[in-house]
Amino acid sequence: MSTATWSKDHALALLEPLRHEPGPVLIALQALQAEFGYVHVEAVALVATFFNVSRADVHGVLTFYHDLRTTPPLANAIHICVAEACQAVGSRDLEKALKNQYKDQVTDAYCFGNCALGPAVMVNGKLIGRATAAKIAAVIR
Amino acid sequence: MSTIKIFIPRDSAAVSVGADDVALEIARRAVAENLSVEIIRNGTRGALWLEPLVEVQVGADRIGYGPVQVADVADLFKAKFLEGGAHQLCINKVDELPWLAEQDRITFKRVGIIDPLSIVDYESNGGLVGLRRALAISEKEIIAEVTESGLRGRGGAGFPAGIKWKTVSEASSETKYICCNADEGDSGTFADRILMEGDPFTLIEGMTIAGIAVGAKEGIIYIRSEYPAAIAQLEAAIAIAQEFKLLGPNILGSGRTFNVKIRIGAGSYVCGEETAMLESIEGKRGVVRSKPPLPAISGLFGKPTVINNVLTLSSVPAVLADGAASYKSRGVGRSLGTQIFQIAGNVKRGGIVETGFGITLEKLVMDYGGGTFSGKPVKAVQIGGPLGAYFAVKNFGISMDYESLIAAGGMLGHGGLVIFDENVDLAVQAKFAMEFCAIESCGKCTPCRLGSTRGAETIQLIIDGHNPESNKKLLLDLCEVMTDGSLCAMGGLTPMPVKSAMINFPEDFDSRVEVAK
Ligand SMILES: Cc1cc2nc3c(=O)[nH]c(=O)nc-3n(C[C@H](O)[C@H](O)[C@H](O)COP(=O)(O)O)c2cc1C
Ligand code: SF4
Ligand code: FES
Repeated sequence: MSTATWSKDHALALLEPLRHEPGPVLIALQALQAEFGYVHVEAVALVATFFNVSRADVHGVLTFYHDLRTTPPLANAIHICVAEACQAVGSRDLEKALKNQYKDQVTDAYCFGNCALGPAVMVNGKLIGRATAAKIAAVIR
Repeated sequence: MSTIKIFIPRDSAAVSVGADDVALEIARRAVAENLSVEIIRNGTRGALWLEPLVEVQVGADRIGYGPVQVADVADLFKAKFLEGGAHQLCINKVDELPWLAEQDRITFKRVGIIDPLSIVDYESNGGLVGLRRALAISEKEIIAEVTESGLRGRGGAGFPAGIKWKTVSEASSETKYICCNADEGDSGTFADRILMEGDPFTLIEGMTIAGIAVGAKEGIIYIRSEYPAAIAQLEAAIAIAQEFKLLGPNILGSGRTFNVKIRIGAGSYVCGEETAMLESIEGKRGVVRSKPPLPAISGLFGKPTVINNVLTLSSVPAVLADGAASYKSRGVGRSLGTQIFQIAGNVKRGGIVETGFGITLEKLVMDYGGGTFSGKPVKAVQIGGPLGAYFAVKNFGISMDYESLIAAGGMLGHGGLVIFDENVDLAVQAKFAMEFCAIESCGKCTPCRLGSTRGAETIQLIIDGHNPESNKKLLLDLCEVMTDGSLCAMGGLTPMPVKSAMINFPEDFDSRVEVAK
């Protein structure tokens, strides 16, 4: 999952196909994040101008959704499910262990739909069931 | 020797415990041993504790082996599993496994059986019968059939699907929409995901029938970003459906138009609330709208919109194919048809159980679930997601239907059951319910936005033994304010897990100075 380096021209090229989409702001930000790994500060004004909406609208969307990030991604994206079904099989302990080891590469998540085979952890897009620290160590970059 | 068919699920849950690696290893060995095999990546049968479940077609039967790990594969070849040979992982004929055979699979009848992206498989297993019938009868008759079937919304609120459709059909507008709610944010639920991965054409067929019934030409599936495999599967299924003219300007040669596209969520639980979902599809912050107007009158981009859950829409093809009478012959009272229960958490045999409403909680937890994964006694079961109630073993007699659960102080929600063993502390769970509300609140109402944070603090005080009695009273007051003063069920139902925990597990809220860390 390598990401491109931020550039306005590259960003504009990604926005172009969305020009006629109804309600484009969220999908525009999602498209930028998919390409660059995050939403660059300059993207707010860019998206606002491109779709003729206010910067406040774009900023509002950017800050509302947990998925959208404004800083470049770290080496690993480790999302541990800490919702109830995974709590029931020890995800809180695993969360502590992972945060100890991988620090801010670990983010809390709320359900991957793998609630009968928890704890569920998504590492760099790969879902791991019955997760243990060892299973995660094996797929870490 | 003729080619041997092997089924290995590509379902996310199966893959999360090694199904891809097992498939690869089986393929590798088959090549090495010069055996001709065809590996079909089916959906999961829903018996998730058996995943990865490998099935081999032997004559007319499918013989199952599970859970299979890569390390077992050599041994399976030695045991001649490709001929259905005996092995300690062998569960014999999968269709005869009581856990599956005793279910009543209607909506899920093809899931795990067919190749999810094969139109041929789909049609030869009963697919498209409902759509063909819908195209042959009038819009009014379709809606009457759905209403008559008793089908209610499976997303949580349980509103009759036919009545919602009728409102949209009567609204006069050139443009109308069918929005499928595939946000499935509740912990302990995964039926939408499994259906979308394992039998996506059923959802597409259901949405198409809805579109024809109400006069909508465009369908949108709002699916959460946490489900990348389901998103990919739907994208593939939509492309195939267009190619085979199940979608597009001339559905099955009828001259009718319907199309489906996908919008992906961005990690917000409240966007599962239908009006927040509409805002999100419109590209805005997922803030809940006030009602009226109902989305059925003024929904997506202000147009009349049917909003239904994945399971509601996916039950429609069967209702049309087999008729309302058949569907409503299942269930109890005003809870008709089948419910797709999801057994999750600390459970030995978790997965999908589709059966008529009215099964007892005990049967789901103990007979299907087999008790806890840890082997310790069951202490609590949360039913209906993070906004649902916590029940105790003494509540095991509850009949699992909409009305009985409400009468017991709970709700069915999306049909998920999360099982906890004796290690769970219900005061901690109650605190989590408040914290979750604080994280996911859309921010529109004060009781939800701020009350949730105050609630979590108050529960911590109770846990720490600070004036527990007066703080319990304060907490109950706060719950009342949240229930009465919230616009939607996020703030309005967060008190449900909290209060049910206090009522059903009072001992966990007793002064805990001695155990406080
Ligand atoms: C906070 C909140 C989250 C919800 N999440 C979902 C969800 O993930 N999926 C869903 O179908 N319904 C969800 N709902 C219920 C929807 O608002 C709505 O009732 C449902 O999509 C209607 O479809 P149905 O009638 O087929 O159930 C949620 C409601 C609330 C208040
Ligand atoms: S109850 Fe909470 S989530 Fe619902 S509208 Fe109010 S603030 Fe938003
Ligand atoms: S609660 Fe963890 S995957 Fe669903």
